[in-house]
Amino acid sequence: MLEVKDIDVYYGAIHALKKLSITIEKGKIVTLIGANGAGKTTTLKTISGLIRPRSGSITFKNVDITRTAPEKIVAMGISQVPEGRRVFSAMTVLENLEMGAYLRRDKKEVEMDMEKVFTRFPRLKERRKQLAGTLSGGEQQMLAIGRALMAQPELLLMDEPSMGLAPLLVKEIFEIIQDINSQGTTILLVEQNAHMALSIADNAYVMETGEIVLQGTAKELMNSEEVKRAYLGG
Amino acid sequence: MLELAALTAFFMLVQYMITVGILNQYYQINLTSMCINIILAVSLNLINGFTGQLSLGHAGFMAVGAYSSVVMTQMLGQPFIIGILAACLSAALAGFVIGVPTLRLRGDYLAIATLGFGEIIRVVLQNIDYIGGPAGIVGISKLTTWTWLFAGTVVSTLVIVNLINSSYGRAIISIREDEIASEVMGINTTRYKVLAFVVGALFAGFAGALYAHYFYIIKPETFSFLKSFDVLVMVVLGGLGSTTGAVIAAVFITVLTAALQTFPAVRMILYALILIIVMIYRPQGLMGNREFSLKIFG
Repeated sequence: MLEVKDIDVYYGAIHALKKLSITIEKGKIVTLIGANGAGKTTTLKTISGLIRPRSGSITFKNVDITRTAPEKIVAMGISQVPEGRRVFSAMTVLENLEMGAYLRRDKKEVEMDMEKVFTRFPRLKERRKQLAGTLSGGEQQMLAIGRALMAQPELLLMDEPSMGLAPLLVKEIFEIIQDINSQGTTILLVEQNAHMALSIADNAYVMETGEIVLQGTAKELMNSEEVKRAYLGG
Repeated sequence: MLELAALTAFFMLVQYMITVGILNQYYQINLTSMCINIILAVSLNLINGFTGQLSLGHAGFMAVGAYSSVVMTQMLGQPFIIGILAACLSAALAGFVIGVPTLRLRGDYLAIATLGFGEIIRVVLQNIDYIGGPAGIVGISKLTTWTWLFAGTVVSTLVIVNLINSSYGRAIISIREDEIASEVMGINTTRYKVLAFVVGALFAGFAGALYAHYFYIIKPETFSFLKSFDVLVMVVLGGLGSTTGAVIAAVFITVLTAALQTFPAVRMILYALILIIVMIYRPQGLMGNREFSLKIFG
């Protein structure tokens, strides 16, 4: 479904992504793990068009999107739960969700999707008139996920959804991710919590300083000595 | 309907008071400044308050509007309406030309870039002999009437409020809230920032045209960055992101400036003190980002 091939990304003189390649098959959960500064977020930003690669190509559903504008990429079916949630704090929960469907013109379906989000996150329904900035961290994460779902994505990019959340909430968020996936949305999950990420993913990539150093099925990586030592603490 | 009636009544009342002379020259001048300041503050608030882009070049757009309208009415002998149209269009065009390259910048960088452009406009005007150079243009006929001022203020406010309440407005506010998130939502942030900037500049140009045709004389000095700061003070004082706040602050500052005119020595000190006190006790501005709703404005 998504094919990232040999992309090079630079921040000025810094070579942030080096000949990076990732393949995501439809219906799968693929995770990208690695330490701080490895280039995980940069990879997501490049896929969603916020950063341009200097070379290489990205194709989505067999269409080249390497130079496509971010809003067109969203319309094609890739939406993102950005790092640190980034909800619109002065807007209400409802308005935040509406923003997620900004590009959509099919009003009836948008309403149905809104209902779906509320069924998935009853807390958001209770608080739909509340300002997003007043929600707790976990609720904001749910809102960020709900907002991304409002774009009706085929591929959902998630950037560190567990960041800053209590262990119980992390577990809940990961169950939600699995559930979203089981309803047909392909997921690219960027995580520092390698253990959790590998436990729900089908395939995984390990990144270090802008490069993929290991890849395979999540099971393989979970049992790999290197991954165990570097990321799983054992 | 009630609001419309109230506005009409207010308009007629003031018109009557001007006609019979209850509102003398002094009050009329302040009333004019008030209307012009409201248009300036409401339009700058669209850029600074709602879009969250700190622009310090508003006086530059006002200058473009003032000069192009005067060229139309005084030098080319066109009617006032043509002058106003020229003012709006040329200021909007200037906003576009300046906005496209600078709106890629953020925060402080954008502020400095717009400040620079505002000054460039002023210096360019200073060096065109056709429009009087540094001496400016004197003897502009007084075409700005209370009708123009009132209608102009109401229309400007209505257009901007409706823009903010439209789906465009939602996109504009989302840029202020979180530019990256709104980009991720599929909003072409550059396009909406430029849109807000162009609309803001257009009304600044309109205000410039009204100004020029009331105060008899315009010169480049009038539109220095100090003027931009005056407007910025109104926007911040009223509350970034509140149109009601911008209107109230524009009225308040105009009245305050007029009231302190009689104490020239302490005027600036008092003015600054009042601003400091308001900022200490109401750092979010008089209105925060709340609106006092008049249904006609919604």
